[in-house]
Amino acid sequence: MPHVANIAVSILFDGLAYAMFLFITSVGLSVTMGLMGFVNLAHGAFAMAGGYIVVSLTRTLGIDFIPSLVIASLVVGAVSVLFERGLYRRLYKATDLEQVLLTIGLAFMAIATFTYFYGPIPKSVPLPAWLEGDVNLGFRNFPTYRAFLIVLGTALIAVLWYAFERTNIGAKIRAAVDNRRMAESVGINVDRLFTLTFALGSGLAALGGGLAIQLLGLSPSFAVLYLVLFLIVVAVGGLGSLKGTLLAALVIGVFDTAGKYLLADAGGFFVYAVTVAVLLVKPAGFYGRE
Amino acid sequence: MSAALQVERLNRAFGALPVTRDVTLTLERGARCALIGPNGAGKTTLVNLITGALKPHSGRVLLNGEDITTLSQADRARRGLARTFQINQLFRGLSVLENLCMTVGERDGHCNNLWRSAGSRRVVIDEALVHLDSLRLTDDALKLVRELPYGRQRLVEIAIALAQKPRVLLLDEPAAGVPSSESHLILDVVAALDLDIAVLIIEHDMDVVFRFAKEITVMVQGAVFTQGTPEEIINNEQVRAVYLGREGHRGGRHG
Amino acid sequence: MTTANRGQTRERAATFILKRHRMRAAEALPWLVAIAAFFIVPDRMTFGSQVLIMVMFALSLDLILGYAGIVTLGHAAFFGIGAYTVGLAAARLQWTEPISGLFAAAIAAGIVGFLTGWLLLRYRGLTLLMLTLATAIMLQETGNLRSDISGGYDGLPGLTFKPLLGVFDYDLYGHTYYLYVLATLAVVFYFVRRIVYSPFGQALTGIRENVRRMHAIGSPVHRRLVTVYTIAAAIAGVAGALFTQTNAYVTLTVFDFDNSAKVMVMLILGGTGRLYGAFVGAAVYMILEDYFSKLSPTFWQFGIGLLLVLAVLFARRGVLGLFESFGEYLAERKKR
Repeated sequence: MPHVANIAVSILFDGLAYAMFLFITSVGLSVTMGLMGFVNLAHGAFAMAGGYIVVSLTRTLGIDFIPSLVIASLVVGAVSVLFERGLYRRLYKATDLEQVLLTIGLAFMAIATFTYFYGPIPKSVPLPAWLEGDVNLGFRNFPTYRAFLIVLGTALIAVLWYAFERTNIGAKIRAAVDNRRMAESVGINVDRLFTLTFALGSGLAALGGGLAIQLLGLSPSFAVLYLVLFLIVVAVGGLGSLKGTLLAALVIGVFDTAGKYLLADAGGFFVYAVTVAVLLVKPAGFYGRE
Repeated sequence: MSAALQVERLNRAFGALPVTRDVTLTLERGARCALIGPNGAGKTTLVNLITGALKPHSGRVLLNGEDITTLSQADRARRGLARTFQINQLFRGLSVLENLCMTVGERDGHCNNLWRSAGSRRVVIDEALVHLDSLRLTDDALKLVRELPYGRQRLVEIAIALAQKPRVLLLDEPAAGVPSSESHLILDVVAALDLDIAVLIIEHDMDVVFRFAKEITVMVQGAVFTQGTPEEIINNEQVRAVYLGREGHRGGRHG
Repeated sequence: MTTANRGQTRERAATFILKRHRMRAAEALPWLVAIAAFFIVPDRMTFGSQVLIMVMFALSLDLILGYAGIVTLGHAAFFGIGAYTVGLAAARLQWTEPISGLFAAAIAAGIVGFLTGWLLLRYRGLTLLMLTLATAIMLQETGNLRSDISGGYDGLPGLTFKPLLGVFDYDLYGHTYYLYVLATLAVVFYFVRRIVYSPFGQALTGIRENVRRMHAIGSPVHRRLVTVYTIAAAIAGVAGALFTQTNAYVTLTVFDFDNSAKVMVMLILGGTGRLYGAFVGAAVYMILEDYFSKLSPTFWQFGIGLLLVLAVLFARRGVLGLFESFGEYLAERKKR
């Protein structure tokens, strides 16, 4: 393949895989912020926790990678309910700033705790043989793991889209995001709905964290480092919108990858420039409500 | 001479739902106009359009002959347009006197000053106190707004609007939420308003409406249903059917 | 109530407002402590300078966050601009006069503050958080792009500065610089205090308390916000300039999100919108950090996280807020 086209394809492929990670991890944050207006900056910590659980399950307990991902998601999802019920609930009426500070405090505590138990050095995870190496897609070789990410991401998107658009629960969530008071007045139990979406979102974040180990590496600072990106995806996509999160994840994922490929030193610049450009024109993001 | 407030064919929709349909309204100097209509008729929306909190899709708003349709809320306020909100919008963490000083200070540009202390202009404080006095709020001057009973907070809301020295005053259900034991205070204030000011009042209480208004505009579903003097309105069969209902059948004029 | 009584009430109310800006005796306290420190712990003066610099930085944020009620995540940008104005002037232009450096830093940071404020302060909430954060990071990345000029993340080391006013030179224990920073802080504080008690400052409080009402009474809200943002940026710039001068060193890490977050935490802990919250918060944070992060950085991070959680749950108005609550409690008891 000609050189330029080769680079372009690499950027698109890697960008797509990266976007899948961003989507999986951020969609929960978008829906919970859109639904309850609750700014949860500990979301990155949930992702990080998921990653570390996968590390422990695979390395210490010898469980396979894929089952570990599932277990980690379920565990984090369940634990998140405790946080929601016990702590977050008390701050739904609090100011944005208070929510930011509380959840950042929790994130710090989480990072410190995991540093204590796992140490600051990045961890890796043993992958099953079929996920290693390259896969040939006809015209070129691509890293199998990234191809796997893309496939998994697409499947999840399809499942989530179906759940959102075609099921009863999905309809209730959409209604509550659109107008919470109206939804409550027609009998939707928004509180319970929120706990459910919060658990689901946190579980997905944990999944994203587990998937990220091979892609980006896992260290305790993951929680805050990538939080900024998750927030950008959520802000650019629009709170509470599945479509928006996906589109934003794609845009950010591809632009960030392109930046890193083309301008190694100041690669990060692109992502933030795109963010500013989008938000100036559409302050509520691609599909956010004004 | 141009009217104090002229609203010409104002239109506004929320998505597919039209909330203001071709509304035309005129307030002359010294007008005492009541805006009535069932809930959801678009009365507060109209006030929001007039003050600039909302932008219309088409139509014009003129204040003393000047087209203010594209001006911001603050610009309109500085040209003599004041309003009260249906739910109090006060500086709850500040004292009553500070609420008024802020209003007077913003009105006369005092708040552009970064250097002198806020207390340095005695004139501002004195004027604020005069306004408090006229609404019998002097005792509460140093109390925080959030410590006052709702009825007195409502008086502060009105005091602020009056302290703007407006030429056009829009009152959105001024007695709403005020216990009946205290509502007479509000109504007395409304009755004693300067004859130079054009006043539009949104009200549900028909007693208040018929006591206060020289003209009544009835709105239904975002459009002006009919307009007229109190006698005309109360004798209007359609209005009675649509809105006054039982009240209308009591017969005779109210007040 | 009789007319005479009402007249008395009016006078009392008016006098209260008129006298509010007068200095209270307790306000001398932080300055006395700062001066006392000079004599009590003369070997910690370099640390002391950093504390005072953070106080100034937090003070600048208080204008925006505490008084105007605007939440941003990019305040470190202005600190960084100030720091780099002095750093680049010294390293690339051989301009090492310290006091003029402060003015240059204030102007540079102020200009950027004005431009970004004018553009971004039309937005609020998550949008504004992301826009301000992105701006700060973009500035950092720009510096990284031309690391040949900026020194990148390795920074510009070994900067030297001319003696203050041509006479007072840097000394090994940082004594001269401590007094220099303290004096600058005093001057800056004087300006901030005047602004806060001015009618403009009152308007900021109004914007924070109820922006809808401010629009409705004709306040030019956006203009007010841009003004205070510009001033706050300039002050943050001065703090950054002092940082470079006292450390003789500056790197791109001054733009870090960490810095923006740190100063916000300091302010919250001390108490926002209370002028002296910056003093209490910055001092407490820096001292705790100095002690605990040496013990164990992990422990410090856990501790600060826990402190934040507890502060939000139980002490929303910060340390000064706790003092106020206690004072109110005592006043209530006295009444009974």
